Amino acid sequence: MSEKKIDSTRRNLIVATAAVGGGASAAAAIPFAWSWWPSERAKAAGAPVEADISNLAPGEMQIIEWRGKPVWIVRRTKEMLDSVRKSDDKVTDPKSDELLQPAYAKNANRSIKPEIMVLVGICSHLGCSPQTKGADAKAEMGADWVGGFLCPCHGSKFDLAGRVYKGAPAPVNLEVPPHTYLSDTKLLIGDDKKGA
Amino acid sequence: MASRLMALWDWFDARMPSVAEEFRKHASEYYAPKNFNFWYFFGALSILVLVIQFVSGIFLTMNYKPDANLAFGSVEYIMRDVPGGWLIRYVHSTGASAFFAVVYLHMFRALLYGSYKQPRELVWIFGVLLYLTLMAEAFFGYLLPWGQMSYWGAQVIVNLFASVPFIGPDLSLWIRGDYVVSDATLNRFFALHVIAIPLVLLGLVAAHILALHDVGSNNPDGVEIKKKKGPDGHPLDGIPFHPYYTVKDIAGAVAFMMIFCVVMFFVPEMGGYFLEYNNFIPADPLKTPAHIAPVWYFTPYYSILRAVPPLFTSQFPGVMVMGIATLILFFLPWLDRSPVKSIRYRGVLYKSALAIFVVTFLVLGYLGTEPVTVWGQFGPWMGNADVATVAARVFTLLYFAFFILMPWYTAIDKSKPEPERVTM
Repeated sequence: MSEKKIDSTRRNLIVATAAVGGGASAAAAIPFAWSWWPSERAKAAGAPVEADISNLAPGEMQIIEWRGKPVWIVRRTKEMLDSVRKSDDKVTDPKSDELLQPAYAKNANRSIKPEIMVLVGICSHLGCSPQTKGADAKAEMGADWVGGFLCPCHGSKFDLAGRVYKGAPAPVNLEVPPHTYLSDTKLLIGDDKKGA
Repeated sequence: MASRLMALWDWFDARMPSVAEEFRKHASEYYAPKNFNFWYFFGALSILVLVIQFVSGIFLTMNYKPDANLAFGSVEYIMRDVPGGWLIRYVHSTGASAFFAVVYLHMFRALLYGSYKQPRELVWIFGVLLYLTLMAEAFFGYLLPWGQMSYWGAQVIVNLFASVPFIGPDLSLWIRGDYVVSDATLNRFFALHVIAIPLVLLGLVAAHILALHDVGSNNPDGVEIKKKKGPDGHPLDGIPFHPYYTVKDIAGAVAFMMIFCVVMFFVPEMGGYFLEYNNFIPADPLKTPAHIAPVWYFTPYYSILRAVPPLFTSQFPGVMVMGIATLILFFLPWLDRSPVKSIRYRGVLYKSALAIFVVTFLVLGYLGTEPVTVWGQFGPWMGNADVATVAARVFTLLYFAFFILMPWYTAIDKSKPEPERVTM
């Protein structure tokens, strides 16, 4: 028996064929993975929405849907704004240094107009929707509770500017969506350029 | 007549002999140890539940509508209007919990008798892959009824991926196919649940069994029956799987189905553990239920996730720890340094470690079903921390200690000598 010699040309061709075939098979996954991105219809549904706040009484909350998420609009009373000051030293990020709000809402009350708060009502922890717990919920929330929100899923607490309390599982504040005033009583959520 | 049938069989066998060959290889001439005990029912029972889920699942798809506007109503339609629809759905929902129950017991058997140890590492690895795939199957299926728990459970789990550094938000957007869990998500989860994942499960079951039949089954004594063979070349302590274990497993299946039917007919919701009460409310993207908990079979890992505090304003560490808690199972064959397999010949260290691990798993599982406030708060000396959160942290450490310390405690453990042959 003579030793079998490897025909290196054929070997190389086999390797090249297998490599090209394997690469092509892998590339065939691209269109399938691509199809998982949001469809044009889903993207269109993510367009800005208008909110009429002319009937929003002080202390009340209005919930509108934007991109399928709840957006809270609250007309804060004087006491509610005071409560935000009281929680300054209890929250993780009192100055809103994390970029969860447009630049025009990076202020003490996290809003354009102090009394009107606009927040995405989705907990920054794992996406549940927190519940309103007014200042009268002291029995449940503790004697030093000044009003805010409680996430039912994992107990994160937020103040009335959507800032997260220290020690909560939620890492950062609630998001302030881009928004703008089309008029005194009309808000546009999802876009901050007028007339967009 | 009989000779006619024999002739037909001979005709078939002459043309496709592999059917008889495979039957001999995997059943009538597959020699399994003669000393299998109670714990050896659960492999066969997992297959039984797999078949139950396939059949009931196929019939559910005939009336179910994977559409965000229709899904919840179609499940109610199945429950109320389809003849026997309630039965088929309860078979499927009870089957889901039964699947995890038998798989957990099957895995516990492996821990008892060292079934993952050399030469069965691949059997174990395919088994862990099956377990993870089963978790995916259960998760995708849970969205389909489109109730509040379906919706918010999926929301929470998909958002786990959003915590991955850099690519997270895009990754979760890609998984959902929308900015929130929506019709697109429901539709693709349906496709994954009814065809993609079941195909993977089937392939893994085949690999699991083939790998097992190549090396042979372990047994409660952990001794290799292939070492002692009779003059016929078959293990002295082995008996053919068919008819001996097929018949034994039928007896086990009967007992199992009795329990299964009791649950299915009398307590299909199992007090909210198998079918959660909030899932009888249609999904509402604007309102989270007051208390969110996964179904019982995920709760040990959910507890681990909740136990890890956020780090650098990121939830990712908790997600990572939870992921590692499942992936660490793969390394078990190499973490265990004991010279013996079975608990019967292990020393006190492994026995204690396993006992602590079982308690740990059960406590973590219980805590995962409850809100973190379930055990109240510590006083100011502990910063008013939730007792349950602190407990979950301690038990998370114990969970990992079982694996990480295993090379140490199994190496110094005083094991007894294994017998030459199996004992009954």
